[in-house]
Amino acid sequence: MSELQEPLVRFIEVQKSYDGEILVVKNLNLDVARGEFLTMLGPSGSGKTTCLMMLAGFEPATHGEITLEGNPINNVAPHKRGIGMVFQNYALFPHMTVFENLAFPLKVRRMGRSDIEAKVKRVLDMVQLHDFAERRPSQLSGGQQQRVAVARALVFEPQLVLMDEPLGALDKQLREQMQYEIKHIHESLGVTVVYVTHDQSEALTMSNRVAVFNDGIIQQLATPDVLYEKPDNAFCAQFIGENNKLIGTVKDKSGNNCIVDIPGSGIVHALDVNAGNIGGATSLSLRPERVEIDPSEGKYPNVFEGKVKELIYLGDHIRTRVNVCGHDDFIVKVPNISDHASLVKGHPVKVGWRADDCRALDVYQEP
Amino acid sequence: MQKIIKNLVLSITGIAIAGMASSAQAVDLNVVSWGGAYTASQMNAYHKPYMKANPSVKLNSIDYSGGLAEMRAQTESGNVTWDLVDVVLSDAITGCDEGMFRPIKIDKEMAAGADGTPASKDFLEGTLLSECFIPQIIYSTTFAYRTDAFGGKKPTKMSDVFDLKNFPGKRALQKKPINNLEWALIADGVPLAKVYDVLDTDKGKDRAFAKLATIKDNVIWWTEGAVPPQLMADGEAVFGTGYNGRWFSAINEEKQPFSMLWDGQVLDIDGWAIPAKGKNVDAVMKFVKYATDTQRLADQAKYIPYGPARKSSIPMVSKHATLGIEMNPHMPTSYADQGFLTNFSWWADNADEMNERFAAWLLQ
Amino acid sequence: MANEIIGGDVVLAADGTPLKASLNKAMRKNRIRALLLVTPLFLFIVFSFLIPIVEMTFRSVDNWQVGTLMPKTTTALAGWDGKALPDEPVFAALIQDLQAGAKAREIGKVGTRLNYEKSGLRGMITRSGKKSLKVKEGPYKEKILKMHKKWKDLETWTVIKRNTAPYTMGYYLNAVDMKYDKSGEIVMRDENRRIYGKLFLRTFAISMAITLICVMLAYPIAYLLATLPLRYSNLLMIFVLLPFWTSLLVRTTAWIVMLQSQGVLNDLFVFFGLVSDDNRLQLIYNLTGTIVAMTHILLPFMVLPLYSVMKTISPSYMCAALSLGANPMVAFIRVYMPQTLSGIVAGSILVFILSIGYYITPALVGGTDGTLISNQIAYHMQKSLNWGLAGALGALLLSSVLALYLIYNKIVGVDNMRFG
Repeated sequence: MSELQEPLVRFIEVQKSYDGEILVVKNLNLDVARGEFLTMLGPSGSGKTTCLMMLAGFEPATHGEITLEGNPINNVAPHKRGIGMVFQNYALFPHMTVFENLAFPLKVRRMGRSDIEAKVKRVLDMVQLHDFAERRPSQLSGGQQQRVAVARALVFEPQLVLMDEPLGALDKQLREQMQYEIKHIHESLGVTVVYVTHDQSEALTMSNRVAVFNDGIIQQLATPDVLYEKPDNAFCAQFIGENNKLIGTVKDKSGNNCIVDIPGSGIVHALDVNAGNIGGATSLSLRPERVEIDPSEGKYPNVFEGKVKELIYLGDHIRTRVNVCGHDDFIVKVPNISDHASLVKGHPVKVGWRADDCRALDVYQEP
Repeated sequence: MQKIIKNLVLSITGIAIAGMASSAQAVDLNVVSWGGAYTASQMNAYHKPYMKANPSVKLNSIDYSGGLAEMRAQTESGNVTWDLVDVVLSDAITGCDEGMFRPIKIDKEMAAGADGTPASKDFLEGTLLSECFIPQIIYSTTFAYRTDAFGGKKPTKMSDVFDLKNFPGKRALQKKPINNLEWALIADGVPLAKVYDVLDTDKGKDRAFAKLATIKDNVIWWTEGAVPPQLMADGEAVFGTGYNGRWFSAINEEKQPFSMLWDGQVLDIDGWAIPAKGKNVDAVMKFVKYATDTQRLADQAKYIPYGPARKSSIPMVSKHATLGIEMNPHMPTSYADQGFLTNFSWWADNADEMNERFAAWLLQ
Repeated sequence: MANEIIGGDVVLAADGTPLKASLNKAMRKNRIRALLLVTPLFLFIVFSFLIPIVEMTFRSVDNWQVGTLMPKTTTALAGWDGKALPDEPVFAALIQDLQAGAKAREIGKVGTRLNYEKSGLRGMITRSGKKSLKVKEGPYKEKILKMHKKWKDLETWTVIKRNTAPYTMGYYLNAVDMKYDKSGEIVMRDENRRIYGKLFLRTFAISMAITLICVMLAYPIAYLLATLPLRYSNLLMIFVLLPFWTSLLVRTTAWIVMLQSQGVLNDLFVFFGLVSDDNRLQLIYNLTGTIVAMTHILLPFMVLPLYSVMKTISPSYMCAALSLGANPMVAFIRVYMPQTLSGIVAGSILVFILSIGYYITPALVGGTDGTLISNQIAYHMQKSLNWGLAGALGALLLSSVLALYLIYNKIVGVDNMRFG
């Protein structure tokens, strides 16, 4: 293996427990490649932040090993790891100016004055805050503070930057703008980023790969498109994007396909991803945009009668809630194209979908 | 209806009149004293029998820790709530000079002795130093020592207190120049009668401070009267100065291994003073006349070893009311020849200067 | 904008009144309400704090005694040149004043006042007052000179004349160890009577020492309190506040039991062979005792502001500093400590000012070298009754604290202070 292909960070069989009773991280194995933007996505309490803290060195791993550039860092103090970090609340030092905040990591590295000034100027230009060097953090807006925090994590040129829900405190518009800015900085510097968020759209927008965490386990590690289109399990299907869930029993399996019986409604042809054994329960996952209203006869193997319960006009599409197969919350996204079917609340309707778009997965019980 | 109102008016008027009548008779007197065993002895000897004989008079006992600050504040504000104050002679003199206390015509207003001697002759000589002051007791400030502190040796005279070689250990002294300067001179060989003559000269003052300096490193200075017996009980000090009454109770009631040194005892007089602007002067005068008669002063000595200030009371002093101890051997008046009376007029003139000098000396 | 009509330069409300006026009207109710809410405290402070302070300060310069109680002498002395004993008219005036004063029983106040300036004048005045009642006719000079030898002393007359003025510097001079000499010049007092200057310095030094010790002891405790989980920190907080819940005397007595030479601490030292039995350490009735007992009492005043500041400092600052490459020591000093500065300053000011005013504890455990200026103030208030001097000392203490506060404000700024 050449050095370039070697992962920058490896988690090897890492476990973490705070109280000696419950494992918050269960046997984690994860490689982060050089230059990658990897996002740890999951609900709160899923273990993603704990993983980040172990990587940063603020929490010791209970078991297992974490390596950085092939070297184990379990026993390396946080300040010697050389990892940049952006905190949820930015953690800008309130008693220092923007300049002093940015110069801090350089000063503790005993860098010369002119070097410090040059580097600080460069990052300030990068985040377009050159006029704010002498301000205190409290005199900046949320977005500006966010930029300073990013700049501070980058100013000492670490190979790896960790970001812990860095955009959580911003409003929606600013958040989206900052997503692009961070993405651009990542691309232009080639720095490796490990990013923690619970916002799935943020994860999909920014990442090369996304690790979906739940219950201390990585449920799926994949690129955003794979994650959305081909979720491995019911949790990922449910957590990422909008999802129609139908619970049924596996009747038969053949090759990649299976037949699932929805009690009281009939048979559904589905793609067997993770359906379990014949006779067992499965949860079918179907994206709302993959369902068609009033499909032409014979187009899909799965066609069901339903009843329109609710219509929400959203401009580019009409969000339609339909009662299908005994489920009241079956959502269909009807594209607002010129000849789309006209729907009336309370009227019966036919819906159909392809077998390959309907993924038969495990049954995920909400805790 | 009219009748009801009429009755109502009548009954209200009746209550009001009854109230006025009773308030004209009943008097509340605020009597201020030192608290503790001393006030208790006064209650037993004066207050209780007086209230029994005069049910309309109610004597409220108030404790204070001496000094004229409160008295002066009351006088200046014009709202004097104290009716009678137990004071040391020096405070009586100052208060009298400043017009806080009422002058007394001693023969006219106070009881004659049991044998008919006029009050001015019956009170011990040298006790009537202020015309605002009715003497009550003679007490003394004197040294006591731990009997187990010096092996077999026993201090007997004032110079032993200043003798660190034969009697090593800490001395608990009151943090003020009065008494300490006199003792220093006595220990340095000045006869009792000459103490104030010597102290009145600059050389004499220097001499007193110089003698005091010889034990300065071995002194624990106290400000509260309860402290020296405690210090000695804890073994923190081997000598201590204090009021003879406190030593009496430490030795006889608490059975502490202390013994008293009568040599050089400073006799002092404690008595009553009546606030000049008090609101119940007549009632107070009646009480004071009763409380300072021959029998009452003799009675007090049953409860506390302070000598009565009347000659006629002295033969009547008998045994302690509860301990059954013969009280005369514990009375400072029995050892008057070994002690001296503070020269109040000297201190009145020199206290301001001596206090400053003493404070400066402590700081050195 | 519907309710806003622009009328010339003035913005008008919907009904045509200027917007400012109608805003004022709307706010007035609130303002009155706020005023009513502070009124009780304001009155309380005025009566219990401001008026007494003003009165005591006034007493420190007030010199009414001679002028009021000896009015004739005061007038007669106005033209006296001070070179030799005054002549008969002054004595004639004096005898009238003495007689009037003795009858009114007020002359002692003159004696007390004059005695502050020169020892012995109290006796001279009170005795002469009594004797004056027997004097029926002149010439008075001869008779008065016989009443007391101090009347023959020129300095006596200088002192009396100086104090005929209604206001005096005397108390302040006394408070800074100075006095008028025989010729009326202001000079330092004799070496053996200089105390207040030394006591002021000592008070400030001891207060600073206590403040410093409090910072050093309170900082780690406050840090622990702020970082521990709530159930532990609550328990610890109770220990910190314990001194508040015990009476001053109990607390002080406890220290005496602990620290005295036959006390617990010394017993332990002897037991472990740290000191020999007859060489026990003197830990109380001296400076050590004062500092220990006062630090104990004042510690909560340091812990609480520090705690309240530290509680608001997110642990992520320290993490951030570490992640930026600072070692824990540097991170603490450069990042954590500066953020607690406001708490340190607030606590220090509280502790310093409180310790400057303490006098009961020093009186009980201070011995000779542990007493403070407040003990002297208390002494002059309660015992010597020299309220003028007490007022002067108090005013000096108050103004030096204010001066310190202003200097501090200049350097650090009040805005940077948080009391909790």
